[in-house]
Amino acid sequence: MIGRFVARRAAMLVATALVASVAVYGALFIAPGDPATLLIGGGKPPSPQLLAEIHRQYHLDDPFLQGYLRWLGGMLHGDAGQSLTYKDSVTHLVTERIGNTAFLVAYAAVLIIVPGVTLGTVAALRGGFGDTLVTVVTTALMAVPTFVMSVVLIWWLSVQWDWLPAYGAGEGFTGRLEHLTLPALALATAWLAYVAQVTRSAVRAELASEHVETAWARGVPERFVVRKHVLRNAAGPLFSVSGVAVAGLIAGCSIVEQAFGINGIGALLVQSAAKQDLAVVQALALITVVVFVVVNTLVDVVTAALDHRVSLEGTA
Amino acid sequence: MTGSPPLLVVDDLRVDLPTRDGMRRVIHRADLTVPAGTAVALVGESGSGKSMTARAVLRLLPSRARTTGSVRFDGSEVTTLGAAGLRRLRAHDVAMVFQDPRAHINPVRTVGDFLTEALITTRGVRPRAAEAKVTALLREVGIADASRRMRQRPPELSGGLLQRVMITAALAGEPRLLIADEPTTALDVTTQAEVMAIIDEARAERGLAMLFITHDLALAAAVCDRIAVMYAGGVVEELPARHLHERAAHPYTRALLASRPDPAATAEPLRAVPGRPLSAFETGPGCAFAPRCAHAQDLCHTERPSLSPAGEGLAACHFPAADARVTPQPGARSTPHGR
Repeated sequence: MIGRFVARRAAMLVATALVASVAVYGALFIAPGDPATLLIGGGKPPSPQLLAEIHRQYHLDDPFLQGYLRWLGGMLHGDAGQSLTYKDSVTHLVTERIGNTAFLVAYAAVLIIVPGVTLGTVAALRGGFGDTLVTVVTTALMAVPTFVMSVVLIWWLSVQWDWLPAYGAGEGFTGRLEHLTLPALALATAWLAYVAQVTRSAVRAELASEHVETAWARGVPERFVVRKHVLRNAAGPLFSVSGVAVAGLIAGCSIVEQAFGINGIGALLVQSAAKQDLAVVQALALITVVVFVVVNTLVDVVTAALDHRVSLEGTA
Repeated sequence: MTGSPPLLVVDDLRVDLPTRDGMRRVIHRADLTVPAGTAVALVGESGSGKSMTARAVLRLLPSRARTTGSVRFDGSEVTTLGAAGLRRLRAHDVAMVFQDPRAHINPVRTVGDFLTEALITTRGVRPRAAEAKVTALLREVGIADASRRMRQRPPELSGGLLQRVMITAALAGEPRLLIADEPTTALDVTTQAEVMAIIDEARAERGLAMLFITHDLALAAAVCDRIAVMYAGGVVEELPARHLHERAAHPYTRALLASRPDPAATAEPLRAVPGRPLSAFETGPGCAFAPRCAHAQDLCHTERPSLSPAGEGLAACHFPAADARVTPQPGARSTPHGR
């Protein structure tokens, strides 16, 4: 039962990625402007011969299908083409930077899930003033955009208190941990609040559920009720929301990497898009989509494993 | 009811629940006695407070509910029990069978986990031993492939099977009192009788006392020794089940009996109790049933009657009926009247 479910989700993943690749390639194919003029630069009008040469070298005049298949084939072999502005292979540009971004996303994910789930659970279990406080603070935090949070954190913790560096990605594990704390915080805040609120309502719903009443009625001690009934049953929604949050971080990276001057693929995407560096933008857009879909598929599979009703419904 | 005190005594129980408009009374006077080994039915329409009364026995009311009065189990007061004492009461002495097993059994864990959980966490029984015990109990309640069922999850089982699982869970703790809250209401008609038979048999074998909550007077009379009728948050009559038809003294009980469709008399229209049932908070200073009562007099609207001897049991009525109308048999003995 669960095997068929996983196979179905995997097939859907591949289909989504293919559709996304057509959209990504197509959108930039029909985008206005000639990337070749950027490569030449300067004030003088470029010579037609030179332009033609560039168009031939970078396959800029190929028909859509031919260009798409060449590009897709290259992507599948790990060759994402050449960047026009960086004069480097896209693959190299990406591999150089992806470490920083992965570290940042993982760091932010930990900052979201651990305190988010803890706060939400405590708020729901204890109720009263703590519950109100958590609800008010998280609602306020949810409304703060990432770029505002970045500026506030830089001004407060870096400029005012000089606690943490505000620029760069650092070297090694501890260096990165130090440099990426503020960016990860900025990235995590809104999602943390969201996860805390979803946790709170999921835990409250379970606490009020009949099967939890049964557990109380049988004299099961509180720690078992909370662990084996409340948190166990709330785990499904918690996991899906956390998954969406982590997938959302990948998109949110661009803003934070720009704000904190981190050399990652988010910043690379912003810079390349500004310079019409087609190959880079296409590759990064596709990577983002694939990672997003993979994370979501993993979440779906784990959710189904946690709650058998999901997979039963899916295959019925 | 002489010698040792009755197993369960609910005395002048009042419960208020918080709502948006402040505290609202849901039970204004519940008196109930369950002697050891006997079955008592708590009968009433939905909203009459019968489920609330049962939950009050196990202190399962919402945390902000206010309870006054007394609930004594085996002589000790339940309303003031500490956390450990309450867990002990729930784990060892009183077990509850809920109405809807599909909602009341955790759907994501296996049947085996559900059944063994209480034994393992409240009495420190080893998982192996707990499993062996509940598997044997499952067979006893008529589940043949018990070991396979133990590995399944609730959504894979039918409602009737799940209710047997719930009964097994209740019996596994070897309680002295079983509270069954409409255990057959959520089931198919065909499985209702089976489940009732299982409860009856298990009770007889173990000498279990039972508080049986139902809206079905006939079922209550069939499986219980005594019947308590609730109306608008209060117990209005309490009498032996075998005398229900001949000796019911409260007009409400009699109206309920009269409104039951008679399968033999197909031509007769159904007779409903006139008016609508009130909630406890809607009742005035007088008798809660007075607005619907054909025999109500001035006194009934101003003074609330309390339970006093009437017929073979107790009735909260100023003018309890003599044994006249439900059966055409003329009343041979004088019926004591209320104040």
